[in-house]
Amino acid sequence: MSIRGAAFIAGAYEHPKRVIPDKSLGQVHAEVAAGALADAGLSFSDVDAYFCAGDAPGLGGISMADYMGLKLRYTDSTETGGSSYIAHIGHAAAAIKAGKASIALITLAGLPRQMSSNLVMEGSEAPEDPFEAPFGPTVHGLYALAARRHMYEFGTTSEQLAEIKVAASIHAQYNPNAMLPKPVTVEEVVNSPMVSDPLHRLDCCVVTDGGGALIVVSPEVARDLNRSVVKVLGHGEAPKHTNGGKVDVTFTGARWSGPAAFEEAGVSPKDIDYASIYDSFTITVLETIEDLGFCEKGKGGEFVLDGALQAPFGKLPFNTDGGGLANNHPANRGGMTKVLEAVRQLRDEAHPAVQVPNAQIALAHGTGGSLPTRMGAATVILGREDA
Amino acid sequence: MTESAVLPNPAPAIDPETKPYWDATLEGKLIIRHCNACGENHWYPRTLCPFCGSVDTEWLETAGKGTIYTFAITRKGLGHYGGVGPYVLAFVALDEGPTMLTNIIECDVDALRIGDRVEVVFHKTEAEAALPRFRPVAQ
Ligand SMILES: [Zn+2]
Repeated sequence: MSIRGAAFIAGAYEHPKRVIPDKSLGQVHAEVAAGALADAGLSFSDVDAYFCAGDAPGLGGISMADYMGLKLRYTDSTETGGSSYIAHIGHAAAAIKAGKASIALITLAGLPRQMSSNLVMEGSEAPEDPFEAPFGPTVHGLYALAARRHMYEFGTTSEQLAEIKVAASIHAQYNPNAMLPKPVTVEEVVNSPMVSDPLHRLDCCVVTDGGGALIVVSPEVARDLNRSVVKVLGHGEAPKHTNGGKVDVTFTGARWSGPAAFEEAGVSPKDIDYASIYDSFTITVLETIEDLGFCEKGKGGEFVLDGALQAPFGKLPFNTDGGGLANNHPANRGGMTKVLEAVRQLRDEAHPAVQVPNAQIALAHGTGGSLPTRMGAATVILGREDA
Repeated sequence: MTESAVLPNPAPAIDPETKPYWDATLEGKLIIRHCNACGENHWYPRTLCPFCGSVDTEWLETAGKGTIYTFAITRKGLGHYGGVGPYVLAFVALDEGPTMLTNIIECDVDALRIGDRVEVVFHKTEAEAALPRFRPVAQ
């Protein structure tokens, strides 16, 4: 059994703001939900399934269902950090295929700029916490562990990592809502202050308020909508953890989620016209590109040179909205925005300067949590309506 | 030369499963968990062997020595580490096998390299526990 063709993305919406001082968290979830429903030509009363993750306030999806007045027959609050919303697409498609739902709403929202730092990894009840939190593991410190080891094993350089930020920033200049709309150079990235050596400030994503939402519907519903829709072709997910202390920080869960998604979709990396790659940090992109099979393990540093990631004509046009590195990383979770830009590409709604001509098949990949310790990974492969 | 910062010693949460581990830290011993069923050592310590599912596991005292697998030099910390820096977050591969998250201390952060040999030192916290950190072994 496969979800290929079992569901379509009929609505997509990204909150236009990056700093939101005047709204509640529930309100932003509801605003993006309304935006995605309007995009699909549907209303709150049509929704019969709701998907959310840890950023949604309250008890699982029930608090937000209450806020929005949803009457549901299916909820899923799978929480795998920033990868959650990509996993939700696969779960929604499976629920639709099983007849448990027909119109699924997925929301993400957050207001991290309105709170004191939530990038501190301490104070949880997780069993590993006493053995990690006392040592001061910031998010950037943890990802720097991966970067340094990748450099050591494969000769990857800071300049190669910087190429990833450069490509994202070149795309961001065409996005009027982008947090960092000004293109940067390799020199500017490597000369920006060290945050956690070897990662510089410009190796990091932005911190933004905001959110986004998706509407995933059955083929029957899709047929009746007056909107170009995007076909869900395949999905895969895989958590990665410290494996009892056999730690390897040079790869991500994409090593497992990618092949599962490709197999279900019946395509391979060479068929991908556009890729949204999770970009919490430049190293996240580099390792993920390798793990998804766009190049050999260890060759990511060479792969990203010569504008390979730049739209529209690079080898692998990526994150044409500017990504988390330059546009938006709402709630410190980038999975939703990855899907939103992939949907734009497949609907020919990306900015003309970065629209990949005749993009037929796109990939969106999410990473959650902390790459070198415990991370979620989820991959979805999407196609045009007739793919 | 950039000397690593003096670090805070946040207290870990201690539960019945891991109390023997923390008790050992007060005696200057780094103990890990060994599985009698499959022979593997694992980290962090837990009763269940994550490699084979057996609960036939026991404590094993390590020599407290290892090798730096990777490290990051954080310029300024957050939370308990607010304003502290530079400090070294690291994965250290113990000679007994498992790799653990820790700090490298008493070091020139500019001179540190992957593969450097390190030895454990313990820093007492306010709880009945000390934190295992590592310092370079004098060459
Ligand atoms: Zn075992």
